[in-house]
Amino acid sequence: MIMIALLVVSALGALAAFLPAQFARFVSTGLAALAFGLSLAMYATGAGFWHEYDKPWVPGLNLRFHLGVDGISWPLIVLTTLLTLLCCGYSLWKTPDSRLIGLLLAMQTGIVGAFLALDLVLFFVFFEVILLPMYAVIAGWGGPAKRAAARKFVLYTLFGSMLLLLGVYLVVDQTGSADLAAPKGTATMAAFVFLALGFAVKAPLWPLHTWLPDAHSEAPTVGSVMLAGVLLKLGTYGLIRVAIPVAPEAAAKAAPVLGGLAVAAILIGGLVCLAQTELKRLIAYSSVGHMGFVLLGIATMSATGLQAALIGNLAHGLITGLLFFLVGAIKDRTHTGELSQLGGLRDSSPWLAGILGFAALASLGLPGLAGFWGEAFAVIAAAQRGWWLGAALAAVGGALAAAYLLRMLRKVTHGSSPPRLTGPAGYELAAWVPLAVLTIAVGLAPLLITDVTGPAVDALVEAIQR
Amino acid sequence: MTQTIDHVALLPLYLAAGTALLVFIADLVVPNRTVSLVAGAAGSVATAAGALLIENRSSFCSAQGCSYVFDQRAQVFAVLFAALTAVVYLLSARVEAEPGEYAFLLACSMAGGVTLGAARDLITLLVALETLTLPLYALVALRRGRKSAEGAVTFFVVSVIATAVTLLGAALLYATSGTVFLSGLNQPVTGQLLPLATVGGGLFLVGLAFKVAAVPLHGWAPPTYDGAPLPVALYLSTASKLGGVVALFYVAPLLRGSAPLLAILAVVTMTVGNLGALRQSKMVRLLAWSSIAQAGYVLAALVVSGPAALAYMIFFVLMEAVAFGAVLAARGSAADGGSLDAYRGLGRRSPWIAGALTLALAGLAGLPPGFAGLFAKITVVKALLGGQYSWLAVVVALNAVVALAYYARVGASLFAVAPGEPKHRVAWPVATGLALATIATVVLGFAPQLVLDAAGL
Repeated sequence: MIMIALLVVSALGALAAFLPAQFARFVSTGLAALAFGLSLAMYATGAGFWHEYDKPWVPGLNLRFHLGVDGISWPLIVLTTLLTLLCCGYSLWKTPDSRLIGLLLAMQTGIVGAFLALDLVLFFVFFEVILLPMYAVIAGWGGPAKRAAARKFVLYTLFGSMLLLLGVYLVVDQTGSADLAAPKGTATMAAFVFLALGFAVKAPLWPLHTWLPDAHSEAPTVGSVMLAGVLLKLGTYGLIRVAIPVAPEAAAKAAPVLGGLAVAAILIGGLVCLAQTELKRLIAYSSVGHMGFVLLGIATMSATGLQAALIGNLAHGLITGLLFFLVGAIKDRTHTGELSQLGGLRDSSPWLAGILGFAALASLGLPGLAGFWGEAFAVIAAAQRGWWLGAALAAVGGALAAAYLLRMLRKVTHGSSPPRLTGPAGYELAAWVPLAVLTIAVGLAPLLITDVTGPAVDALVEAIQR
Repeated sequence: MTQTIDHVALLPLYLAAGTALLVFIADLVVPNRTVSLVAGAAGSVATAAGALLIENRSSFCSAQGCSYVFDQRAQVFAVLFAALTAVVYLLSARVEAEPGEYAFLLACSMAGGVTLGAARDLITLLVALETLTLPLYALVALRRGRKSAEGAVTFFVVSVIATAVTLLGAALLYATSGTVFLSGLNQPVTGQLLPLATVGGGLFLVGLAFKVAAVPLHGWAPPTYDGAPLPVALYLSTASKLGGVVALFYVAPLLRGSAPLLAILAVVTMTVGNLGALRQSKMVRLLAWSSIAQAGYVLAALVVSGPAALAYMIFFVLMEAVAFGAVLAARGSAADGGSLDAYRGLGRRSPWIAGALTLALAGLAGLPPGFAGLFAKITVVKALLGGQYSWLAVVVALNAVVALAYYARVGASLFAVAPGEPKHRVAWPVATGLALATIATVVLGFAPQLVLDAAGL
């Protein structure tokens, strides 16, 4: 029931946007806080599903309202509700528009629903819920070229979800079941390819990533945070929860291809970042590289690799969320994101330079911060799998990340000193501090996460190899 | 030989025809707009209620079969036609036409629609279909002005040709099978008659393709919708199109070799419709092109599964009613749909109407919050996948992406900041009609199984 309560609270938060404007945004934000609390309260331990709910919805379409939460989905659900709450709080002061906050909660409904879904068709339905709210956030509150960016985002992503839809019903047709709690695992290569392509667009996996930089550079700060923080995770989560379990044999055959593309994404993402001249685009492209590590972990299909992927997912959500909040703060103050026009942040705003440096170090995978574990263990898992070349190239990609992030830091923090910038506002600190604290916590004690995900991942690996 | 007539089975038809008569007499006695429209709406509701009461009765039976069977499926069609007509009456509160004539013609058309679902021989089927279409020639021309007349003439000319083609096809089918009963059409035809039967079936299908505005017989739809009064455009794109689908639903599966022909028609129709819609700058024309594309999805479903096509059609009819209803409400007293620019900033001026229009556009694009449209698209893809027509599912999916480009463009412009046109009051019957259609779409979006059951899926 707590899962349904979470979905209902999120949906009510979205509908609250229709209330009179003066208090609608406070009601929505309050419900976002309640949703965060509910997601925390779902915690339990063990390998199976901690909560499960199963009722038929549309038998004619093989659609059951089947929800469940386990160690794989719970951390992502908490990440989603946390980032939504932070974005709502940020928007309350920054862009006090009840419609924007309502759209954030509409997105949360879809994302949490997709993470909770244990029915293939239900997963697809929730997956689709997210599309138009995100489009509206970019098209409504974005930068100067928002129209084109929003259109590119929505068409590209719909293309991905149509591939997903084809994959879903191929699976249903081939296995006669849409159950994700105990998938039959007999779907063919064709079904796997459709599903994997659909998720690859979302994740995004090189070379299907081209929608991402435009969407990010035009989206408002909260849109970028949601997009990088949780939307991309749906692609990788879908591979782990849906594509691999329903077609393990096909997945095993396709794994080297997936791994190769992931390594390509890491390298190309890094190289492209080195050439970027705009701050937000740079962070956006860095997502391609980071998600490459996550996909590399998934492609190994081993317990180590999947653990690495899950922790990498979380770390990327926290760190990139923080980075986009910071970039938003810089652009709000300097009104530009061009690296050539920025500079001297160390003098004009030491506190902003400091926290940006912290986030950049976390992003490049400094040991002791959250980004390290996922990337390091993805490389180790690839080496264990015998993909020595891939592991070595991915490690080079990790070094590239260090290069472009330090280059960014040098350009932004050093240089001629502009006038002093205003200090951090309370609402900004409220958004940054939880993310920074969690980045340190996960970095120092990764067992916090692996203890939660471990049993579920072991069960999953056992099911795949059976 | 005398046939027994089961008058109870004919009750829905009597009620529909009675509505026409009632409206006609009411106009003679009290020539008043409200009276005419209220009488028409009440009659439509009574027809729907009557259709719900009758089940599994037949009439005009002979040794070969019955010409008129009012079964559960006919019931669904009759209720749909009557409900659509009722909504059109509500939305016609401000239509610029002679109300008596207008209401009478609409009721006559409804009578054709109500009978259509029960028809079980070619003659009854065609007569019902023509009864549905004939009043529309006049209705389309009711708006005064050159554009309206052009639309009406286009519609009339293309329609006459299409009807002739259908009739020729029907005649050939009768000649080769020796029966007009639908149940006799799927008997094997052998020898020299086979080519004749194939040609007959092909002609019959192509003629019906006109009714659903399928390519290549789609050209009439955009100018006709654009020239017609808005409620009539709504009726054309829902009830009239539904008529064609019902006829195809009954006949197409009986004709050998119809599947490849339908598949080709479907691919061409959805692609041409979507590409055409991309270029439109007027609202009604855009909706007309989009409804051509939507007919393509219905035809695609029809290739493999009649019930899936019906389910899609029911969802589509609901969303289309909301879309046209919202356009009508947004335009106030203006006679036509206007250009897309006229809708900029509608979200600020009239948030509820913009909300309904957004819901309908999202649904037509097959995306939440238009859950009805999402499930409609899922129904078609599910039906197509797995068989030899799986490739059609891929074509449908790609077309859905193309279609989103124009739906999103219109949807986004509703919420753009624009120096607004003046806000105007919406007449209460229009608001009621729009609200009813919207509520039905939302409810069935969350309970799609009701639609699937009605379609027999």
